[in-house]
Amino acid sequence: MSNEVKQVAAAPAAGPDPLEAPFPSKRMVVNLGPSHPAMHGVVRVVAELDGETITDAKLDIGFLHRGFEKSCENVTWTQCFPYTDRLNYVSSIMNNVGFALAVEKLCKLDIPARAKYLRVVGSEMHRMCDHFTLVGAMGLELGAMTVLIYAMEARDHLWDRLTELCGARLTSSYCRIGGVARDVPEGWVEKSRRTLDRVVEIREEIDQLITRNRIFMDRTRHTGVVTREDAIELGFTGPCLRASGEPYDVRKAAPYLVYDRLEFDVPVGNNGDNFDRYLVRMEELRQCDRILRQCFDQMEPGDIAVKDFRYVLPPKPQVYGTIEGLMAHFKLIMEGIKVPAGEAYSYTEAANGELGFYVVSDGGGRPYKLGLRPPGWPMLAALPHMVKGSLLADLIPTFDTINMIGGETEQ
Amino acid sequence: MSKAVIAALQQRFPGDVADAYEGVGGDDVAFVSKARIAEVCRFLKEDPALRFDMAPYITAVDYLGVEPRFEVVYQLYSTIHNHRARLRVKVPSGDASVPTVTGVWRGADWFERYCWDMYGIEFPGHPDMRRLFMYDEFVGHPLRKDYPLRGRQPLVPEREVPDLYRGPGPVDRD
Repeated sequence: MSNEVKQVAAAPAAGPDPLEAPFPSKRMVVNLGPSHPAMHGVVRVVAELDGETITDAKLDIGFLHRGFEKSCENVTWTQCFPYTDRLNYVSSIMNNVGFALAVEKLCKLDIPARAKYLRVVGSEMHRMCDHFTLVGAMGLELGAMTVLIYAMEARDHLWDRLTELCGARLTSSYCRIGGVARDVPEGWVEKSRRTLDRVVEIREEIDQLITRNRIFMDRTRHTGVVTREDAIELGFTGPCLRASGEPYDVRKAAPYLVYDRLEFDVPVGNNGDNFDRYLVRMEELRQCDRILRQCFDQMEPGDIAVKDFRYVLPPKPQVYGTIEGLMAHFKLIMEGIKVPAGEAYSYTEAANGELGFYVVSDGGGRPYKLGLRPPGWPMLAALPHMVKGSLLADLIPTFDTINMIGGETEQ
Repeated sequence: MSKAVIAALQQRFPGDVADAYEGVGGDDVAFVSKARIAEVCRFLKEDPALRFDMAPYITAVDYLGVEPRFEVVYQLYSTIHNHRARLRVKVPSGDASVPTVTGVWRGADWFERYCWDMYGIEFPGHPDMRRLFMYDEFVGHPLRKDYPLRGRQPLVPEREVPDLYRGPGPVDRD
């Protein structure tokens, strides 16, 4: 008996069983990107595979780096706005607002109530655009092309309203230091309400299409999991942090503009997987709609910018008619706003999380240092952590739900 | 609440936390000595009354013409107590290195790489100190104030392709 056991145990050492058809698994290194349709722009993921399992992943970024901070240090404060548009180009007004609030914090400037409401309206509309883009792209990459088309329709409805508001679809440059660039056109609020009706309808349609879809659920549930502790330590913010169960939202934790006057809920997930991150966004779309309708009800006519010519350009009749107006205009254009010397860190809730600006001024018309804290950065940095040990196919939904936007992460 | 943070720090690290002040908008700011920054951060993270469990942003500033020339700035946040603090660390240009805090918050990884890439500040102890945005052969650090706005870089010779699967670049890269 004991002899037999020995023989059985020794058998594998003699050589592999020819019927087992051994498949020597060699570690394979696969490049995804920089130009790959699922890489949303230009990121290179170097994944080391054992069969279909990712054993290690590294990121190579910087293909879209265009020197945001260096450029901003060499232009006046107001001229930074077009640069901030190009950070998260899907939701540019939120970047404008974040930057304007940082400078106003340093200037200790309080802007009129209507300007605050207009900023919130622009921000929340763009938040919806951002979430629709994510949901659409996610559907597309998981094989549901219809969702993308629906989401693009919703996004274009919103972009049409934003075009009427600020004159551009993508690069809005809507804010100014001390207020916003222009007031809403005639009848815009009513039109926006009707637009929101349609957008909410589309959201419901998308919800019905994929939220309970078997393939979609199989590919997103329990993939790309991040626990609450990990998410906090890795510096996650925004929907990705909330999907992991931490209810941190800058709009609630440190309300800015008029968010303390608005009623909205912060959706929080349980599992921290891709499905929760998707659900959080879908719910936030509904909350954005609530916020926007409240803003439309609460907004009252009034000034849209402070009446202080040290910060805001004087009206044209004054520029052409009075010497003070002309001088103020000339000084603002040629020298820029004189921001008091000092440093400040200001943070807002952008679509992907905390958008921070660390501004240092030496008292001149240009930023001495403009540090950008891109919301998507910690999530992208944590991607190797999220996909290690999972299948290569899980990389795609994970990359979708962290919503990496090349413009902001790579500055 | 926030005054307590700075007070606790000064009590725990006398001499290493100095010049605390209230910044614009009521932010709490303190200067921390370079050598003890990792310990200060670990204390801030683990002390039950403080619990700064997140470091949302770390960056550097180049004050050219002033010595110490560089400054590394840490924005800290506590999700438990909902308070924030800012630590500033002065870094002389002769010895531009700061102990890493990646052991305290893993999220500090890319921020420190960014500081190395853009300002040339080293972080001894960092697990993966490479450039973040620029390519390996880049000369200089672009966000330093003495780097010209329209700086030109030398042409980089084509890289060897030692491995067909992994593409160009040194073998140990990526």
